[in-house]
Amino acid sequence: MYQYTEFDKQFVRARAAQHRDQLERWQAGQLTDDEFKPLRLQNGWYVQRYAPMLRVAVPYGEISAPQLQVLARIAREFDTPDPALLAQAQATQNKIVGLAPALTTNYGHFTTRQNVQYNWIPLSKSAQVMDLLATVSMHGIQTSGNCIRNTTTDELAGVAVDEVVDPRPYAELIRQWSTLHPEFAFLPRKFKIAITGASEDRAAIGWHDVGLQMVKNSDGEVGFKVLVGGGMGRTPVIGSQIRAFLPWNQIMNYLEAVVRVYNRWGRRDNLYKARIKILVKAEGQRYFDEVETEYQEILSQDGGLHTISQAEFDRINACFVTPALDLPSMTDEWLAKAEADISIEAAKNSAFARWMVQNVVLHKNPALRAVKLSFKRMGQAPGDATADQLDAAAALVSQFSAGEARVTHTQNLLLPWVRLDALHALWQEAKALGLAQPNIGLLTDMIACPGGDYCALANARSLPLAAAITERYQDLDELNDLGHIDFHISGCINSCGHHHSGHIGILGVDKDGKEWYQITLGGSDGKVLSGAAVPGKVVGPSFSSFEVPDVIEAILNTYKELRLPVPGRHEYFIQTLRRVGQEPFKSAANSARHPTQAQLA
Amino acid sequence: MQTSPDIASRLAPTSHKKTMKIITAPEHQVAESPAVLAVTNDIDPRTLDLKGVTRIDLAFPKFTDGRAYSQAFLLRRRLGFKGELRATGDVLIDQLVQMQRTGFDVAVLREGLDASAAQRQFDRFAGFYQGSAIDTQPQFSKSVSKNQ
Repeated sequence: MYQYTEFDKQFVRARAAQHRDQLERWQAGQLTDDEFKPLRLQNGWYVQRYAPMLRVAVPYGEISAPQLQVLARIAREFDTPDPALLAQAQATQNKIVGLAPALTTNYGHFTTRQNVQYNWIPLSKSAQVMDLLATVSMHGIQTSGNCIRNTTTDELAGVAVDEVVDPRPYAELIRQWSTLHPEFAFLPRKFKIAITGASEDRAAIGWHDVGLQMVKNSDGEVGFKVLVGGGMGRTPVIGSQIRAFLPWNQIMNYLEAVVRVYNRWGRRDNLYKARIKILVKAEGQRYFDEVETEYQEILSQDGGLHTISQAEFDRINACFVTPALDLPSMTDEWLAKAEADISIEAAKNSAFARWMVQNVVLHKNPALRAVKLSFKRMGQAPGDATADQLDAAAALVSQFSAGEARVTHTQNLLLPWVRLDALHALWQEAKALGLAQPNIGLLTDMIACPGGDYCALANARSLPLAAAITERYQDLDELNDLGHIDFHISGCINSCGHHHSGHIGILGVDKDGKEWYQITLGGSDGKVLSGAAVPGKVVGPSFSSFEVPDVIEAILNTYKELRLPVPGRHEYFIQTLRRVGQEPFKSAANSARHPTQAQLA
Repeated sequence: MQTSPDIASRLAPTSHKKTMKIITAPEHQVAESPAVLAVTNDIDPRTLDLKGVTRIDLAFPKFTDGRAYSQAFLLRRRLGFKGELRATGDVLIDQLVQMQRTGFDVAVLREGLDASAAQRQFDRFAGFYQGSAIDTQPQFSKSVSKNQ
């Protein structure tokens, strides 16, 4: 992991002190609500439906065991509302038609942008929390607001077998460049960058304002393919290629050009048309040309001072070495024995065998594996982790993964440095903690935003639907038979639950003050199994919350009827859908609608 | 991509005070002089005739509209404007540091604000990551040369 220098640490502490100063001036009436809002947002503090929400930055998803411990402490000691507030919130929730899990407290929530959120910390305690985060070099810098957000990357960065270039040092350089950039603190709208260095895109780069794919040219030089103008929200757009090859050391100069031209020309008259995707769509080549001119002027007239020197790259890159793992001198015999031992355990225990297949990923180093802890289970919302679970996860990370984990964009935790001969022990411990569901990539490994239970923007709740589907599909044989399905739920068009990129996507909409849900089919985040990034298509008019589980079941039954066998398995859901088209799924969904009367009950 | 000598001198690291001159709204004279330009935030500064100009007033119609930061940066760094860059409009305490870093040297604080909280904002951060209009070297250039 990147090791914070004294400069970095001091910077984070200064930022916490700045927040305290701003909070106190707001409390003293020297800052109005409207003046304070953009300031607190740029430290991750929202005010949500019932209470504030804090979004803690996890730069490119990399997190250490001590950081997880501090997140646990914050969940335990601070994520607690006043009892009267909680009672009032629950009473309000109870008035919404339909069954729903009770509101919970004292937990962290892993987000699709590899960050961690809390839902109940009183704003009056925010300065204390920021100071506590700063003790482990954590913060909420630019996790919200109309600025450059946390850069995300491949959860397998640095360990993936298909990696061309390790993207982490570049992600760190972009973190530094974008942090408190004085010119870009008040852009027309939020700005998200994702970067991958593997041949498979596991970072959904096409869906970002800027998507970076690391490549090597014919001379073996490292650079970036640059996409611009992707995004979800009301108008889903896949990014366009603006540059086929940008030399690696020019990334800051180039991003400066991309963002400066956007700052100048991006629309500020309409919130829904302010993202860079709208500008790129409207201006096309003209935007590209302006960026190119600006980039050339940054080099020729400003001196290109953000050209990254080899010395600086080397300093940062040195932080991303393989951790000391105390591996036996790698012999073929050791490897063969470790693999044989796993086979023996897998033969004895089918649950372990399933977990090996579903949750364990190959590693650059054949003596290691990357392991996904599943935070998708009955009784807890997708991506939620209680204080105790965060502490337990920290202990697993220390013991089994050299003290390092990754928050994945599918709202789980990944342990990137697990020894082959430790997998069985890890599985046993993870299982005891309820974090070994072998459902990674399956229907119940769904993405869901916090939705209307917590979020002030949501039109409808996400979590009751997530719970209903999780409950209905508990049978592991059935889940495995359904195979890989990206199931994504967003409570509103802001698309935090990435419904556009789901093979099956659900979008909460508000009609006559009631909760309704649009269903989309055939979206892709850009990974190999899903095909090129593309938004899903809507299946007819929206469905009531009561209908959705039945509609999902009807869609899945249709898949089971229509799928063809391929060697060793069946077609995946997305393959059948692409082959036969949307029509049979659409008519199955529509025939699962309830009679009108049942909906009124 | 040659950097000409006059540009090089303009880009040389400058020692600078971490502060701005803060004036009140009544002190701000909207001057009717050809040496003073008042520029709205949709103007490309590269189209301005800067000959004889000693002061440029840039505007923040709302403090959340950040276009004037880019204008200031271009005027200072790209165009080498040496006169006064004055921030006008919805100018608040918590944006002063980024104004100063993008090249403003005078700020007209919005009426009714207490300037006493301003200076400690400039003193808070020991440094920043990026090079800026006034401190052109990014932190990494400094730290690497220091380490060597």
